Amino acid sequence: MNLLEIFLWMIPLLLLIGGVGLLAHKTATWYRGVYGATGLVCLFGLVVGVAGLVAEQPPLELVLPLGLPWSHAHFRLDHLTAFFMVVVNLGGAAASLFAMGYGLHEPHPRRILPLYPCFLAAMNLVLVVDDAYSFLLAWECMSLTSWGLVLVEHRIASNRQAAFLYLSMAGFGTMMLLFLFGVLAGQAGDFSFAAFRLNSAGNVNGFLVLFLVLLGAGSKAGLFPLHVWLPLAHPAAPSHVSALMSGVMTKVAVYAALRIIFDLNAHVQWQWSVPVLIIAGITAFIGVLYAIMQHDIKRLLAYHTVENIGIIFLGIGLAMAFRANHQFVGASVAITAALLHTLNHSLFKSLLFLGSGAVLHATGERDIEKLGGLIHRMPVTAFFFLVGSAAISALPPLNGFVSEWLIFQAMMVSPHLPQPLMKFLIPCVGALLALAAALAAACFVKAFGVTFLGRPRSPQAAQAVETDGFSLSAMAVLATLCILIGIFPVTVVDLLQPVSQLLVGVHLPPHSGELAPFTLLPFGSEGSSYDGFLIMLFMLVASTLTAWSVKRFACGVTKRGDAWDCGQPDPSPMTQYTAGSFSQPIRRVFGSVWFYAREKVDMPLPGETRAASFKVTMLDPAWEGLIAPLGQGIGWLSERFNVLHFLSIRQYLFLVFTTLILFLLMVAQWS
Amino acid sequence: MAYGYDISHLLSASVLVFSFLLLFQGRMFGLLNMFVMQAVCLSLTVASQAHFQNAPHLYVTAAIALFFKAGIIPYSLRRIIIRLGIYRDIETIFGVGLTLVVGVALTCLAIMTVMPLAHAQELSAREDLAFALSVILMGMLMMITRKNAISQIVGFMSLENGLVLAATGVRGMPLVVEFSVAFSILIAFFVFGLFVFRIRESFDSVEIHVMEQYRGEKQ
Repeated sequence: MNLLEIFLWMIPLLLLIGGVGLLAHKTATWYRGVYGATGLVCLFGLVVGVAGLVAEQPPLELVLPLGLPWSHAHFRLDHLTAFFMVVVNLGGAAASLFAMGYGLHEPHPRRILPLYPCFLAAMNLVLVVDDAYSFLLAWECMSLTSWGLVLVEHRIASNRQAAFLYLSMAGFGTMMLLFLFGVLAGQAGDFSFAAFRLNSAGNVNGFLVLFLVLLGAGSKAGLFPLHVWLPLAHPAAPSHVSALMSGVMTKVAVYAALRIIFDLNAHVQWQWSVPVLIIAGITAFIGVLYAIMQHDIKRLLAYHTVENIGIIFLGIGLAMAFRANHQFVGASVAITAALLHTLNHSLFKSLLFLGSGAVLHATGERDIEKLGGLIHRMPVTAFFFLVGSAAISALPPLNGFVSEWLIFQAMMVSPHLPQPLMKFLIPCVGALLALAAALAAACFVKAFGVTFLGRPRSPQAAQAVETDGFSLSAMAVLATLCILIGIFPVTVVDLLQPVSQLLVGVHLPPHSGELAPFTLLPFGSEGSSYDGFLIMLFMLVASTLTAWSVKRFACGVTKRGDAWDCGQPDPSPMTQYTAGSFSQPIRRVFGSVWFYAREKVDMPLPGETRAASFKVTMLDPAWEGLIAPLGQGIGWLSERFNVLHFLSIRQYLFLVFTTLILFLLMVAQWS
Repeated sequence: MAYGYDISHLLSASVLVFSFLLLFQGRMFGLLNMFVMQAVCLSLTVASQAHFQNAPHLYVTAAIALFFKAGIIPYSLRRIIIRLGIYRDIETIFGVGLTLVVGVALTCLAIMTVMPLAHAQELSAREDLAFALSVILMGMLMMITRKNAISQIVGFMSLENGLVLAATGVRGMPLVVEFSVAFSILIAFFVFGLFVFRIRESFDSVEIHVMEQYRGEKQ
């Protein structure tokens, strides 16, 4: 049995666990058993993925007599698939471990159990299939199972609305992919990916394919303005599923984009990268702006997923531009950065969602305005959340910094591109990315500070207790990986090189480690370098020295005072700095333009006894500009066609008859 | 055989002629008689095809057509008409003359569509297809232009005659398809017949425009 055959056994195994989940009794043992088994299978898939990534062999292929009778199901395992297997199953294993503790506290655990393993099975299946029919089938299974998971708490009206929006967007995305495969198959009508690789779609069709990828995979990944479902649906699911949807499912969409853009539709033109770069830049920027306005912690994290998807697609767009211009080193750096950020984001976004799940379980609150002071009640969760926050804010020596640094490195060589448009566009997009990175840091200062620091703003926050051991160990694993990848990026970057070879045709030279073993040198020894290990060492030494000298030369006694006191002991925690006040300056600078944010102060006159009020209204540009008019348009059309429901039998027959006559006339005309 | 083509051509053309006569008929029993004649012609056509194509299973099809279309269905319809007491003239939406003109136009369209298409097929199959398509279109025309539920059933049955004609004109039509078509027609007939009685019970009429007034949705 080769790796592919071993891997394929995972799918029926996961489905079987899903079936067991359907029969599960209402006991902790059953819940733990199902989640634990899922986690074990994911671990197994992770091992297979790593093995596939390091193996130096041609792609493994397999044809099984499943699916349509005239075109069997094709499977294929190459380095790209192997890499995404690592991403998916790492996230799956961590979420399952977390769920062994957290999943017991859910109000309706048995609604999750059957769908959860099937969701993971569908995501794994998307990665290995090698023909359009199976791909769409697996893709749609992934959408449907995750839709079911969003609907777990279906008695809450907002969840139902989120699930409906998600289902419509997922249906739209799959339809776009269907058209896309139609374009790729062309006249020949062979729907296996092997045939797509041999065909050349040509310029016009190639661009059409790219456009459809941005609509189809982009709507699943959360590219602006098709992201509207994401911040509603991801938080509506249970937290470990949110972690999977945000951390892993969006990555499967990235996989689809990479597979189609670089592998199936191989002749990339430089012009095609322009829309990708622009959309990615706007997505990154506006995603973080949305996030900063949010006070619901899970929704905030979901908007950050939009931002990070923008960053990943920025790397993809850069790689397209460089590859089309035969600047292979730049292309390799850009695609490596995109892949590394995919892995990194899956790690820290899962970590943060799991952390928010722990907070949600401990306090029952998602609104950070009602939290605070949790660092005293939940110190371990707070530490892991801090690691995740620092990682997503791209602080060295953590992993988020490495991938964003690599993207900026790729941007630095963009002046070598021959087209003036690209020379102008890429720095502009780079500025947007820099702004987004800075705003992300601000946003996580808010998220961590308001949630964990200060005094509790509600009795629930004051009585929170630390979460269980399973949940903590899952977060510990993810946090450790975030730190390790940040400190030793060279190992991971070298592991990614076969994928880069596959996608852009070149790979970076392996790091020999002669000068310094852990130094990342994307452009060889002449270019800039980054050594996470050294930076960590410096930070450790410097902070230890500082702490020691403060202790030594200043007051040696540790004193504890009340938080947020400022010398004025005030009994009400409402006097603290709030999330709303933190984000107000940024809202005033950017929000008035992008979100049409308006503040309304209603101050009672002297003598009046009513309360003063302060209201902020904001409009969502994607919703107001695209989705709402679209919905109204569809509603208007349906109103017009509603008449058709009330015709008589003869009128219906007449409709059928005239349509038939019309078609016959067309046939007679053309033949 | 030289005359084989002529015979089958003549027979299938006569099926088409009866379609015109169906459109022309103004009375219930006349309509039924014409339908019987069309079914007989159809069964003769199928039998001749069976003979000339050396396809013995088509004899079964011919027997089915003769038994159901020329026997049971017209007989049952006749009983329905007598029991419901609807002997009077059939109202058409627009006049008989205009309907016949549209019928001719439909036949032209069918010929124009099929003739250039099927040039790879042998001559008789091609013309059979054209006749069949005309019969189908004319059946639909009849369903649209007649106001009475019984004549709509007859229109549907004659449409189905066209389908059988099309199916037998081409070589290699499996018997199972014949059976399933015949069976589904029978079911459809039962459903229609049941509905006609139910409608009569509820509305005291089988004129379609009378039923439309009772539809709750229509404002």
